[in-house]
Amino acid sequence: MRVIQFRQAIAEAMSEEMRRDEKVFLLGEEVAEYNGAYKASQGMLDEFGAKRVIDTPIAELGFAGIATGATMNGLKPIVEFMTFNFSLVAIDQIINSAAKMMQMSDGQFPMPMVFRGPTASAGQLGAQHSQAFESWYANCPGLKVVCPSNPYDAKGLLKASIRDNDPVIFMESEQMYGDKGEVPEGEYIIPIGVADVVREGSDVTLVSFGKIMKKVTEAADLLAEQGINAEVIDLRTVRPIDYDTVITSVKKTNRLVIVEEAWPLASLSSEIAFNVQKDAFDDMDAPVKRVCTADVPMAYAPNLVEEFMPKVSKIIEEVKSVMYVK
Amino acid sequence: MAKLKYTKETYLKWYEDMLLWRKFEDKTSALYIQQKIRGFLHLYNGQEAVLAGSIHAIDPKKDKMITAYRDHVQPIAMGVSPNNIMAELFGKATGTSGGKGGSMHMFSKKYNFFGGHGIVGAQVPIGAGIAFADKYNDTDAVTLCYMGDGAVRQGAIHETFNMAMIWNLPVIFICENNGYAMGTSVERSANHTDIWKLGLSYEMPCSPVDGMDPVAVSKAVKEAVDRARKGEGPTFLEMKTYRYKGHSMSDAQKYRTKDEIAEYQKIDPIAKVLEHIKKNKWATDDEIQATLDKIKATVKEAVDFAEESPFPANESLYKNVYVEEYPFIKE
Repeated sequence: MRVIQFRQAIAEAMSEEMRRDEKVFLLGEEVAEYNGAYKASQGMLDEFGAKRVIDTPIAELGFAGIATGATMNGLKPIVEFMTFNFSLVAIDQIINSAAKMMQMSDGQFPMPMVFRGPTASAGQLGAQHSQAFESWYANCPGLKVVCPSNPYDAKGLLKASIRDNDPVIFMESEQMYGDKGEVPEGEYIIPIGVADVVREGSDVTLVSFGKIMKKVTEAADLLAEQGINAEVIDLRTVRPIDYDTVITSVKKTNRLVIVEEAWPLASLSSEIAFNVQKDAFDDMDAPVKRVCTADVPMAYAPNLVEEFMPKVSKIIEEVKSVMYVK
Repeated sequence: MAKLKYTKETYLKWYEDMLLWRKFEDKTSALYIQQKIRGFLHLYNGQEAVLAGSIHAIDPKKDKMITAYRDHVQPIAMGVSPNNIMAELFGKATGTSGGKGGSMHMFSKKYNFFGGHGIVGAQVPIGAGIAFADKYNDTDAVTLCYMGDGAVRQGAIHETFNMAMIWNLPVIFICENNGYAMGTSVERSANHTDIWKLGLSYEMPCSPVDGMDPVAVSKAVKEAVDRARKGEGPTFLEMKTYRYKGHSMSDAQKYRTKDEIAEYQKIDPIAKVLEHIKKNKWATDDEIQATLDKIKATVKEAVDFAEESPFPANESLYKNVYVEEYPFIKE
């Protein structure tokens, strides 16, 4: 099968949907003439022109609001944030407007729009460029939150998100844009809200999503060498969460470790742990464990970055602790 | 583009519309005290000429309107039945938002009324976005986007003015300067008081307008609408107006004097329009009384309709949050 980069998968998904539906357009900082800060819209200005691939000034609140109004009046914008760290400037429009309009109008104004861009850390970028807000957005009814971990999923899920009739937060990573993966030539859609069991196993369930899946996969490989067969679930969507897949797996393995690149308090791992104790209490052979980032702002020094991030060694350690092996 | 006419019919319609809005708001105020209406309640009394003049200058069949949370009478002006507005205030299923919106969140897609927004200034980029879509779709519709004198101090307004200019959007930004952002006077919220001049920073056509006079309002809005329809972009108008009631029902209004309110009531837009009608002998006293009776009946019908309507079903809490079925967490 053809192998392409994550950024190409994103550009292909947007381009295919824009060919399919005149109402879809892209706006954001540097998306047009610069071809995207991370080249995720490479070639799109040339194909679709300045009417549909629109460079904005640095005004996240304003252009998120304009996109929201355009959606109310029948268009289907894709709003690119250069990073979701900057989405905080726009969060009023996302939470108070886009996520509410359908409900406040009792169904008169559906909001088919996508807010997308990279989330979380990407190396030594310091505290303000390294945050993961998946759980913040996932907390808000009215939104859907999608977090792909590989090029194949990114394309199928982004196409589904663009076609979706509700506002979707679509979170990528600077550290995934260069990742290569198999992506077929033809069209395909991956439905929102369906997790992927990427590796079957019987000893322990590992649940994660997004970029940090890379570390989970690495940990699962190392555990396999030690005779521990982890079942690995990529949630792919964190609102809604595919609890059926998680619970089914936990009932099989009786053990769960959740890996999340985010601060621990009120995180998605907290939420998943709650649901697992509620629905699979009698099936559990050990407490649920999790590996999150440190509960501090990200720092710059390379060793502090390493200390902050979820580590493969820590994942392995937690798996062993729930299996009661050394 | 046809020039506006100011005929007998214009004035009679203004009188009837503005008086209906006034009486409707007065009734909601009374119902609020009776606790039939709850939540926050922001009344439009005193500002009616802005809406009457605006409506005269647009085509409500295609043009759009969006405003903040002082939003009961705008949808009525656009064509929504007062029954559905009153029902929304009562939280009834027959309200414009099915009882989910309340006072601050009136919506009517059918009548091009885009809300009803509770975050000060947030409706401004949304209004520009509505206009963006009309330009994108190559229609000649325009959007009237209202904001208060408090909203112009929000950053979103400035971001939006900038983008509306670079993208040449068919939107008319209308600041209803009623003197006070809740209890903070314009004088205390900025070191300048000519709000219209904010447009100058973006080289956007802008001007102050006598917001107590529907003729002045309609002329200014029409000029802006014509410009927008021709593809010549946005306009910013500062309507100098006044609200007689507090910011909301819970406002003790210690920030202003009764004399100040009385001064504005001398130039009350409804009284002024009636004076013009009488001077021109366009209506007899009986006809004026008949209009008042008709309005009272309309308001009464709205209240009866609201009273008799059912509350929304409990299950409706989970409806219309998403378009399709969604697995809500229900514990």
